Amino acid sequence: MSNLSSLSFYIPELIIITAILLVIVLDVIPVCKKYTFPLSLGAILLASVFLWQSYGESHGLFMGMISIDPFSHFFKMIFLLSTFSIILISRYEKQLDSNYSAEYNALLLIVLLGMFLMSSSINLIMIYLSIELVSIPSYILAGMLKNDKESNEASLKYVIFGSFASGLMLFGLSILYGITGSTDIGVITAALQAIEYPLSIYFPLILILVGFGYKISMVPFHFWTPDVYEGAPTPITAFLSVAPKAAGFAILIRVFYTMFTLEGSVSATLPLTNINWPTLIAVASAVTMTLGNLLAVQQEDVKRLLAYSTISHVGFMLMAFAIISPDAVRAIMLYLFIYLFMNLAAFYMAIFASNKLNAHHINDWDGLSRKNPVLCAFMALTLISLTGLPPTAGFVGKFYIFAELFKHQQFYWLAVVAILNSVVSLYYYFKIIKSMYLVDVEGEVNKIEAHPVVNWSIILFSAQNILFFIYWEPLIGFIEKSINLWSG
Amino acid sequence: MESSILTLLIFVPVAGAVLMLFFAMLYGKENAHYYKWIAAITTGIQLVLAGILYLNFDPALSITESPFTVQLNWITHFNIQYFLGVDGLSIPMVLLTALLSFICIISSWKIEKQALGYFSLFLLLDAGMMGVFLSMDFFLFYIFWEVMLLPMYFLIGIWGGPQRMYAAIKFFLYTLFGSVFMLLALLALYYYSDPHTFSLITLIQTVGSIDATLWGLSVKYLIWMALFIGFAIKVPIVPFHTWLPLAHVEAPTAVSVILAGVLLKMGTYGFLRISYPLLPGEMVNFAYILAVLGVINIIWGATNAIAQIDLKKMVAYSSVSHMGYVLLGIAAAISDSPAGAQAGMNGALMQMFNHGTITAMLFLLVGMLYDRTHHRWIVFPNDYEKPELAGQQGFGGLGAKVPVYTGFVAFAFFAGLGLPALSGFISEAMCFIGGFSVFRTLTIIATLGILLNAIYFLRAYQRIFLGPLNETYKDLPDITHRELFTIIPLAALILFFGVYPAPLLDMISPAMDGIIKIVQSVI
Repeated sequence: MSNLSSLSFYIPELIIITAILLVIVLDVIPVCKKYTFPLSLGAILLASVFLWQSYGESHGLFMGMISIDPFSHFFKMIFLLSTFSIILISRYEKQLDSNYSAEYNALLLIVLLGMFLMSSSINLIMIYLSIELVSIPSYILAGMLKNDKESNEASLKYVIFGSFASGLMLFGLSILYGITGSTDIGVITAALQAIEYPLSIYFPLILILVGFGYKISMVPFHFWTPDVYEGAPTPITAFLSVAPKAAGFAILIRVFYTMFTLEGSVSATLPLTNINWPTLIAVASAVTMTLGNLLAVQQEDVKRLLAYSTISHVGFMLMAFAIISPDAVRAIMLYLFIYLFMNLAAFYMAIFASNKLNAHHINDWDGLSRKNPVLCAFMALTLISLTGLPPTAGFVGKFYIFAELFKHQQFYWLAVVAILNSVVSLYYYFKIIKSMYLVDVEGEVNKIEAHPVVNWSIILFSAQNILFFIYWEPLIGFIEKSINLWSG
Repeated sequence: MESSILTLLIFVPVAGAVLMLFFAMLYGKENAHYYKWIAAITTGIQLVLAGILYLNFDPALSITESPFTVQLNWITHFNIQYFLGVDGLSIPMVLLTALLSFICIISSWKIEKQALGYFSLFLLLDAGMMGVFLSMDFFLFYIFWEVMLLPMYFLIGIWGGPQRMYAAIKFFLYTLFGSVFMLLALLALYYYSDPHTFSLITLIQTVGSIDATLWGLSVKYLIWMALFIGFAIKVPIVPFHTWLPLAHVEAPTAVSVILAGVLLKMGTYGFLRISYPLLPGEMVNFAYILAVLGVINIIWGATNAIAQIDLKKMVAYSSVSHMGYVLLGIAAAISDSPAGAQAGMNGALMQMFNHGTITAMLFLLVGMLYDRTHHRWIVFPNDYEKPELAGQQGFGGLGAKVPVYTGFVAFAFFAGLGLPALSGFISEAMCFIGGFSVFRTLTIIATLGILLNAIYFLRAYQRIFLGPLNETYKDLPDITHRELFTIIPLAALILFFGVYPAPLLDMISPAMDGIIKIVQSVI
């Protein structure tokens, strides 16, 4: 579709772009500064309305640069929801300097735009640009606490790792262009089918995997994760642990399913001839979840513990990615959707604890259940869900992923590794529960109330964990409809 | 009415827990009084429902024919059903759960610390246990099996003894380790059977035709192993038992009662409900090993119990020993004499029920002693915190001071060591009869267990209740009416089934015959 006619299908993105520009302009006018916050939220809501209306449409836009399809719509909903919630909750985070709030919101909106592009790029150049559009503002956001040493360190580490990884990825993309002579994924797919020497594809494939693996913090490209997550302001940590990861998975699925499978679509069931990347992913998955878990066990800082635990969740999702089948994609999308709620709820609780109690270490959480029983009950629910125990949605997510392994009768060893890992994860998630509930605190305890916005964010996000356990059929039905990539 | 009774059995306690939360919101959390009354009334209703179920229960009907069966679709996408049913195998366990839950609530009357949490978690635990025994869909079974762990973790971890946090997480990690393997087995059963289903009734027919292999082993064998790990940890079969003494010592009385009375039975219930009907061939191959493990349990549990100086730990190890009889009885299903197989299987299930009542009574009595004296050392350990007491007898001569209490302890101890005319004797003897028809030598070794049981029970009795009165306890009050109310029903059941086991036997034997038939068909 030509550039001009593409614009009419591009309204949500255009709304976000307008909002970014407006926020930057309003920031300079002293009287209008306070409107940037409602403006950002309003723009996201408006974009969601338009996105919802166009759900189900499938087009290629801007002369084959970007595709609009149910698959990208699904991910865009995740991005909108998480960005909205993060912008909202950041206002009540003590660490953040409200003088920079406009700047902060603008950066988040730019990341949002980048993620929109990431989930729908179908051209190598767009893929690279969109990943950079997400990464660069993220570096700044991680360093948002200008006077905090750890935040600065986080930002610097993030930049170094990020630029290295994207450099390697760019190298991989250029080799791919060299082999096939095109940057369009559709053309590349057709060309790759005819390649006789698999080794020449392995090389770019692994380099591309470095770039994507870094985005989703897959071991061994995870080293930035704990430091960045610990140093960044907590709302940003929450954001980074959910939205860009979802975007990373979106692009991973799109690129690998279209370029490196025989059928070249999301309904593929076989990898490209002679290229056994599923085994590569399976090994990466096992290492990712095991390392993430084992390192999480030793953590005493809540944010750092959650950071390592996100690595192990990525390992779980990769487990389904090793199975090439549309059902496996569905399992990943379901897991991501549930993961969004449970992870955000857990981080919001960390925000509450650090704001009200200055609690960072697990021991600082001792006896929290008596200071705020309601939130702690929901936090316990969230942690149970993160562990993957019934009756919570986390179990449903894990169940679907395990079911994929059994359905396709592949990688049983991976299932055993994963199952042992979920036992390990019980230990560290319940360290937090132990602190909240089991440890006795001496003397009088004062009740601590959270700000209503924080309070209800935690409650609403946690409540999904029980809701999607009791009845998840509509959710899975919606995801089923969303596994539909635009092709040619 | 008939088809909703099973649902009510599970969800009445849940409703009670939710009601408590409403009360807490309306009237503030301080009113501990409301919570125990709500808990007592809900478990009371549950007990009445279980009674109605018992009165209308027809042992001749299978799950599919029973009027109580409920079968509704839950998640059609995975063919998961809300499928509840009751047969001769589950009804004694259902009755036991309802009875013990009610008794435990009454025995927890004095709990003051965070009453809302305690009673609501207890009711959730109750619902989980009920769900395990009533589920006929493997997925549902698994859900309830896991759901039950969470309240248990909190009950041990918050209301337990000094080492409660370690005990709680150890219990949780052990049992979760077992149950995650069960999750793999569950998925393997689902995907290898045709049509794909979780229904335990349908699976009986379809599992037989699985002949795939994996890693050079048959898939059925691997599934059996995975299930075995899950159930063995729960029973617990030595050497998977180390979580049990710790959890028991640290848990509050009522939780110990539930743990020993109901939770341990889930392991053997799993063998009978899932392993036997679904994988009879593998079960037959492993029967001998199961019998060996059973005998090890009997001897190991009993010898460990002899070595204990903590009364509660002694009772905990006696549970390990008593569960060994169940394993021996279960293994006897392969007997070529029909009478032997019947005796073994019926004996095993009866032992599950009887041990539930006996051990519950033992733990309640130990708890009463602890409430009054704040320790339960038969002999103080050498490194006791008060050096002047180290190595001394903990009690002594209480018999004259608290005669009624002593009488009940004597009754419970004798029931535990298998005195004829008390219910433990009947079921243990049946397990031996069954075992003897197949495993001669093993059963002869196992009978040593009876002797060992007698050693520790009688010795503990002598040290605590006989001899000169320990002056520290000269003002020890005797048993109260509330406490009597908790143990008299148990004592009555123990005596009744010891003299006249026929009602229990009639109720369970058709179901056990069904399992024996499946087993015999593959030999």
